[in-house]
This record gives sequence, structure tokens and C-alpha cells, in this order.
Amino acid sequence: MVLVKSSQADGRIHPQKFVLWVAMGSIVMMFAGLTSAYIVKKSQANWLEYSLPLVFWYSTIAIITSSITINMALKAFKAREMRQYRTLITVTSLLGLLFMGLQISGFANLEARNIPLFGSKSNSATSFLGVITILHMLHVLGGVIALLVIFIRAYVSKIKNYSSLPIEIISTYWHFVDFLWIYLFIFFNWLR
Amino acid sequence: MSSEVALDFHSGVSSLHDTHHSHDEHHHHETFISKYVFSMDHKMIAKQFLITGMFWAVLGGFMSVLFRLQLGYPDSTFPWLEDILGKWAKGGHITPEAYYALVTTHGTVLVFFVLTAGLSGTFANFLIPLQVGARDMASPFMNMLSFWFFFTAGIVMLSSIFVETGPFSGGWTAYPPLSALGDASPGSKTGMDLWIVSMALFVVSSLLGGLNYIATVLNMRTKGMSMTRLPLTIWALFFTAVLGVLSFPVLFSGFILLIFDRNFGTSFYLSDIFVNGAGALPNEGGSAILYQHLFWFLGHPEVYIILLPAMGMVSEILSTNARKPIFGYMAMIGSMFAIAILAFLVWAHHMFVTGLNPFLGSIFVLLTLLIAVPSAIKVFNWLTTLWRGNIRFTPAMLFAIGFVSLFISGGLTGIWLGNSALDIHLHDTYFVIAHFHIVMGVASMFGMFAGIYHWFPKMYGRFLNNTLGYVHFWITIAGAYLIFWPMHYEGLAGMPRRYYDYSIWESFKQFSDLNRFISTVAMIVFATQILFLANFFYSIFKGRKLRTANPWGSNTLEWTTPIKPGHGNWPGEIPEVYRWAYDYGKDGTDFISQTTPVGADESVH
Repeated sequence: MVLVKSSQADGRIHPQKFVLWVAMGSIVMMFAGLTSAYIVKKSQANWLEYSLPLVFWYSTIAIITSSITINMALKAFKAREMRQYRTLITVTSLLGLLFMGLQISGFANLEARNIPLFGSKSNSATSFLGVITILHMLHVLGGVIALLVIFIRAYVSKIKNYSSLPIEIISTYWHFVDFLWIYLFIFFNWLR
Repeated sequence: MSSEVALDFHSGVSSLHDTHHSHDEHHHHETFISKYVFSMDHKMIAKQFLITGMFWAVLGGFMSVLFRLQLGYPDSTFPWLEDILGKWAKGGHITPEAYYALVTTHGTVLVFFVLTAGLSGTFANFLIPLQVGARDMASPFMNMLSFWFFFTAGIVMLSSIFVETGPFSGGWTAYPPLSALGDASPGSKTGMDLWIVSMALFVVSSLLGGLNYIATVLNMRTKGMSMTRLPLTIWALFFTAVLGVLSFPVLFSGFILLIFDRNFGTSFYLSDIFVNGAGALPNEGGSAILYQHLFWFLGHPEVYIILLPAMGMVSEILSTNARKPIFGYMAMIGSMFAIAILAFLVWAHHMFVTGLNPFLGSIFVLLTLLIAVPSAIKVFNWLTTLWRGNIRFTPAMLFAIGFVSLFISGGLTGIWLGNSALDIHLHDTYFVIAHFHIVMGVASMFGMFAGIYHWFPKMYGRFLNNTLGYVHFWITIAGAYLIFWPMHYEGLAGMPRRYYDYSIWESFKQFSDLNRFISTVAMIVFATQILFLANFFYSIFKGRKLRTANPWGSNTLEWTTPIKPGHGNWPGEIPEVYRWAYDYGKDGTDFISQTTPVGADESVH
């Protein structure tokens, strides 16, 4: 995979990037399925109204910041400023983990307010929040793992790698999960 | 041999327009493991899908023979059944639990493992790179993962047959509450856990495969292969992949909610339930209908995921063996596109009797009946392709014509079932069984058989035995109609599906002879498929050898490869394409390969 070029001479999109776009379409369909199920369910009886924990605002800020840092990392890579690049992808990964931690503390907040997400006392309204948010967190985790892989590769590999394709793909994906969260955040706050 | 091919391929690659191709230079000598097991060659992966699909077809088909025994001979005992099924057939009589488990597993296995993975897994893998002119898939590694996820899904499903409480038995659609509550039935316990794990793995496999198919078709076509020069097989497999990639995630989200209901006490699908022996459940506010919406949002596109590859292959085989261009190439693409769009807009026709708002139902009736338009366009195009053709009745051609016949017969009853008013009477009767088995099950099997007979020489460098092929075809087509035609009458008389024993019902007693007849034919047809398998495996090793690279006089690119292509498909450069795939009988020439430049005296397509 060392010979992979990031952009093709004839201007066509790289197949692996294209695969990512189709995969993102596929992920969108999964969340579309879940959020439309949410809307259907909401119109039925026995729906709990509750306020979202404040900490979701902080997690939103964290993930938006991480989108900025990964963009800077991509620019640093292209400028061959590897030290800066490594710092920036480390920061991005940490922000990803922070985001997940904040989401979990949001769940804990709900539990503390006696609004359980799961279990026999739970209401579908919060269960939906739990399932959708956890699925989104798993997608963020996937991005963190991908960053970890290229991070290790940047240290271990003896061959200098000038292809920006992996980081380009990951940053596209990272922005995607960011937008996905913003959509979900707006959905949970105002569209529901 | 493969190492020379691989070397050539590397020397040729620098001059190619798709420079992204980058194989590891150190993997030239192939071991048994890298060639036959963890292969990244799309042709080998296709064969893996095909043979794994065959295993499941035999198992799923045999299950139907077993439950047909119960339906045809409800009063008889078969001591040998106890030998193979043990406690599930005490005294040689299939128990109700075993009957439901057999019906459920038959449905799941045939729909997903045979007609999705076995059909589009095989032919998308095999034909896409060969017919678009690519060395391999966009990501050979993902392609390999796709197969091994499918294989693992199969292992998990297979293991569910052997657990103490039996496999899942609540129907292939896995509606809650039977699928959500372990206490609901024996099959709802471990069997359902394994079912859902298996299906989750299967969804991952389908997505990995589908992403690859789409990327390969759109990005890796050889020079000159514009989208409108693609063979219809590729268009069909492309739409299939798009449907899969957009609909399987929705099924997946339905499964996730189901897992939470099963294991984490949530109430997405459950409300006000009292289980015998377990008492009243605390779950409130759930809706089982919600699952049906999520399920059928996949479930209906799934029908076309199964059918479209067969349609594509049939178009190609009909044109090749009628020695005529396909009639209405653009109309074929347009109608497949229309089918792909409509596939997402008709799911609620499976739910007319769930209490769906009748006004909403009427919209779904309209959209459902609209599918008749592209379907009819396709049928007329196939018939006009055959019209005045110079037809060669190879086994592949017979199966392709058989497909058209079955698609018409099964499609017409779809117009009945698409009416919400008629559906009140016909819902969940044998009429539905007859309809979908003919139009989707058997028709797609016919498309698959046509594809196997047609491309077997490309796969293995040998021919299948023709005589056995004819025997296989005639018994199967006669059998298909003899099995499913009578079921229409049973269904119109109101005979419900999924009952264990009809002989105790005054209204359905009259059908006991008919049921016995259906069961007998089912056994004969099943035995004939074993004949086909014998032909298949014998011919891999001992079949008549292929002497020319292009045995059918076909235009498409796969026949420009060597008789046994190595990994990389073409030893030299990938050929350039100058024309569409259907120049048969043009200007008095029998066929003109896609790689032939357009001559000066020739009318341009």
C-alpha cells in the first residue's frame, strides 16, 4: 500500500476514498433508520419528556474542536511538519476520547436524576438516546483506533511515507462523525 | 503459472491509467492457504461464495423436504427422522417446535445465505472485475473479509441447530415478541441469540461486499468502458449493491434495538405482555410494529437484491444465446433504476393488515403497483430479444428462459397481493407463499443456475455436462410449477401459512391429497438438485475441457482472458473497450467483441 497515490492523474476520486463515501452513506442510513424510529415512537403513548444533560454541550464543543485539530494535522502532514502532525493527531485522539468520556458522564447524569437509559424501569425516549449515542460513540472510537494505527505507523515504519491518503481518509471520516453528532445533538434538543 | 502472470501484471501496470494498483511485491508464490483459503483473488472468492452457498442451499432445501413431509403426511411416522433429528422427531414424527424451527431456518438460510450471498456474492465477485476490465476489486482485502464474515455467520447459524433449545423458530422475519423474549418459546432462547449474531455478521459481510462492488464499478472500469457500454449484468449487480448498502444498515438498527430489548430490559418493541409461566412483564410503551417497519425497509429491497442479479445475468445470457443485441438496453437500465428507487418506497405493503392507516395503505398500493411498469418493460425486452433470434438452447439459455417464465407467472400474482383490499383475504395464506417462491425464490435460483451453466467454463476451464443440464432444467421447471401452482388455490381458499397440521381443520382437510402431491414433487425436485451438484463437482475435475477462450461467441471482456486466468486476469495490458457488449449479428457478423475497434464501414452504436 506504499505506492498509493492520494489523487489520481485523471482527476477521478481514489477508489478507497470513494469506498469511504459510500460507507458514510450506509452509516447515515443506519442513523436515519434509528432517528425515524424515534420520531414514530415519539408520537405514540408513554413517551417521557426530559431535559438533556448540560454536559452534552461540552462534548459537542470537544468534538468540534477535534475536527479543527485533525484538519490542522492534515495540513501539517502535507507541509511535512511531522512533529506538529504527530502532536495534532495525538490531541485529536485525546479529544475523541474526551468526547466519549463526556457522553458517558451525560448518561451518569441522567441515571443520577433517576432517568434510567436501560433496564426495566427505562422509557423508550431515553433508551433511544442511549442506543443512538452509544452507536455514535462506537463510530468515534473507530476513528480513534484508525488514528492510533497511523500514529504508530508514523513512528515504527522505517520507510518514509509521503502518501497523505490515510490521513485524508481518516479526517474525512472524522468530520463525518462530527457532523453526525451535530445532527443528533440538534435532533435530540430541538427536533424531538 | 500464477507467478508469471503476476510478474507480467506488474510490468504492465505502469502503463495503465489506474495507477493506484499496488500489490505487495513479495507475495508471488502462493501457498495453499493464500490461494484457496484466505484468497484475495476475486475469482477464488466468488467460488468460495458459490460453494458455501451450495452447502446452505442443500441444507435449507433439505429442511423444506423435512417440513413438507410433515405437511404432506401429517399422520405418518418416519422412524429415520428420529435417527437424524433425535428428540425433535420423537417416534418419527416432527414436533411442532422442530417444524417451526425448520421453517424459520429454511427461510433465513435461503433468503440471506443462498440468494443474497450465494447469488450476488458469487457473481458480483466473479463478473464485476472481469466484465469492467479490472485486475481485481477496489479492495481485495475487504473482499476477503466479506467472505469470511459470511462464512462465520454461517458457522454461527449452523451451531444454532445444535443447541439444546433448538434454533430460532419465530419465522425468518424474527418479529418481536417471539424474537425479543427468551421465555416466549424454546427457539427464542439461545437459538435467537445465535440467529441475531449470525445475521449481524451477515450484514457486515454484505456491506463490505457492497461497498467494494460499487467502488469497483464506478472507479475501476478499463479505458473506453463508459457506463453505457457496461454489460447489463454489471448494471444489475451495481443496483443490487446500492440497495444492499442503503437498506442493510436499517435492518441493522432494527436488530440493535432488538438486542437491547432482549438483553437490557428496554421497551422498544414490547408492551403489556403476559408470558405463560413468567407472568406479566414490566415493559410498557413499546411497539412491535416499529420492528416491522425497520425490518421491511430492508426486507423489500432485499427482494430486489435477490432478483436483480438474476435479471442482469438473464439479460446477458438471452442476448448471447439468441445471437441478437439485447432489446432496449437503455430501457433495461432505466427500468432497473426505477425498480431500485421504488424498492425503498413500498415496504408497508407487507404490513397492510397491521392496522396501517388505510389512506396510507392506498399510497403504498399505488407505489407497489407502479413496480409493474419497469417489470413489464423488462419482460417485453426479454421477449423481444428472443423474437426471431437464432436461439441456441444451451442449459444456461433454458434456465434464462425459465426465469422469464417464472418471473411473469410470479409477477402477475404480485399485482393481486399489492392491493390492500385483496390482501385482507390473501395475507399470510399459501397464496403469498406461492407468489414469493415463484417470483423471487425459484426465479432467482433459475437466474443463478443460468449463470453457473454459462460461466462455469470461465470459472473452471471445463464445461458442465449438457445432458444432465437438460434433465436438471426440465425436472426443475416442471417441478417448480407443480409445487407452487397448487398453492395459489390453497391460498385463495384461505389456507394460512405456517400451520403445523392442516388435517385437523375442517376447511383445509380437502387439500390433504394436494399437500401430499406437493410434498412428493418437492422431494423429486430436491433430488434433481443433488444431480446438479454431482454434475458440478464432477465437472470441476473431469468435465469436458475448454479448448477456446470464448466458447459461447460472447462479446464481453471476461472471454478475452486466458482459459484459466491468473490473479490479475489479463497477462498483458487490460484490453481497451470500443463498443457496447451487444453487437451480435451486426452487419452480418455473428459477434463483435467489445475490444474490437469500430470499423470505418460500420454504423456506430
